[in-house]
Amino acid sequence: MQRVVITGAGTINALGQDVTQTFAALAEGRCGIGPLDIPDVDRLSIRIGAQVRGWTPSEHFDLRGLSLYDRMTQFALWSARQAVDQSGLVFDGDLALRAGVVLGTAGGGLGTIDDSFRAVYAEGKNRVHPLTVPRLMASAGASHISMTYGLRGPAFTVTSACASSNHAMGLAFQMVRSGAAPVMLTGGAEAMLTFGGLKAWEGLRVMAADSCRPFSADRSGMVQGEGAAVFVFEALDHARARGAEILAEVIGFAMTSDAHDIVMPSADGARRAMQGALADAGIAAGQVGYINAHGTGTKANDSNECAAIRAVFGSDLPLVSSTKAAHGHIIGGTGAVELLACLMALQRGLVAPTVGHQRDDPECGVDVVPNVAREAQVEVALSNAFAFGGLNAVLALRRM
Amino acid sequence: MTQTAQTIFAIIAEKALLAPSDLTPETRLADLALDSLAMVELIFALEEAFDISVPFNANDPAAQEFDLSSVGAIIAAVEGLLSQKAA
Repeated sequence: MQRVVITGAGTINALGQDVTQTFAALAEGRCGIGPLDIPDVDRLSIRIGAQVRGWTPSEHFDLRGLSLYDRMTQFALWSARQAVDQSGLVFDGDLALRAGVVLGTAGGGLGTIDDSFRAVYAEGKNRVHPLTVPRLMASAGASHISMTYGLRGPAFTVTSACASSNHAMGLAFQMVRSGAAPVMLTGGAEAMLTFGGLKAWEGLRVMAADSCRPFSADRSGMVQGEGAAVFVFEALDHARARGAEILAEVIGFAMTSDAHDIVMPSADGARRAMQGALADAGIAAGQVGYINAHGTGTKANDSNECAAIRAVFGSDLPLVSSTKAAHGHIIGGTGAVELLACLMALQRGLVAPTVGHQRDDPECGVDVVPNVAREAQVEVALSNAFAFGGLNAVLALRRM
Repeated sequence: MTQTAQTIFAIIAEKALLAPSDLTPETRLADLALDSLAMVELIFALEEAFDISVPFNANDPAAQEFDLSSVGAIIAAVEGLLSQKAA
């Protein structure tokens, strides 16, 4: 069994286009949610989101890339570039043959799907862009990362709705730990802020029209975001042998399913996932200092998640925050972006707040670090993801 | 019974797996054992049938502008939205 560490991180989301900007925004308690700027927004009833602003793909990709990459893939590639640069890894020889990539996404190339459907249905055209299929494939991000860096080991994308990234990172962790691969790039990406994507969500009646207020007594639902984060997961021995800077250690992972309901969560499934991650890491609940909650801001998730947290930790509750109030719910990419809040807590001793908090909900009963970041010595952090359909995935990280 | 009421009876009955004759205006929605998915499907069916937009957020079903408490309340609320549309 190999110990697994993180030696690189990259991101793009509504809070920033790299880790430094994202950490700064989380530390300041900034909120990336605002009015949506997308075609046909006037026909939506939900008109806010955590949109990536000021993103100019032509500054980052060549012409061939621009015609091949959906926005989701652009986000994944840009995040991977930062992560690989930070790690200092060069993928050649045996490392290139064995290293790989596993990403999470829920929707895949939704912008591409939206554009092509608009062309044929709304605009009455009889052809779509010739590269529509390779652009919209959910696995396109993993493929392009593997091609960009010459990663010739395992490469694929997993999808489990809002837990996709955590499932992806958990599998990458297991592959490095088992020795199947010395290095895996992993994380997730989503670009669902399209007219069709948002219309679909509107129908469920779980979206907030004003702001995202997880755990707040007056919360009114979720707000969608977009973006990606990608990390370099590396065997500790491999990282030490080359003198790499280590950001944190990944120590445990567990996944469970509720086998209960396609939209309503169960506290039992969430509890078992957290306890499973602690058992996998071989640590006691009392060692956990911070949980990055799934914390969607819906009535159903937040009270359920808090009940599960109380069941695992009893009266010795760690700090809990939901950064979705800041970067939005990035759906299949959300766990990856949220892992950054865990890294910030472990590396800098600073816990990102739950912004938008108005007043405590007695049904929650945990310290959600309302509105203002808090200094805390965090040795172990958990990252929760509890998806529609009862698919739960929890990662445990330790300070190095 | 108005045509509007008949349509609403039929829509609610279908979602509740009942016959329209099993319902009265006093029938409480809470007694029909509709789950959250059936509720959003019911609202969608009302919107489609009458070309209206029903204000409803599943995060707080108790505090809605649109009264969903009983069959009669739904009929009154739909008629309200229809009269706003006509005005």
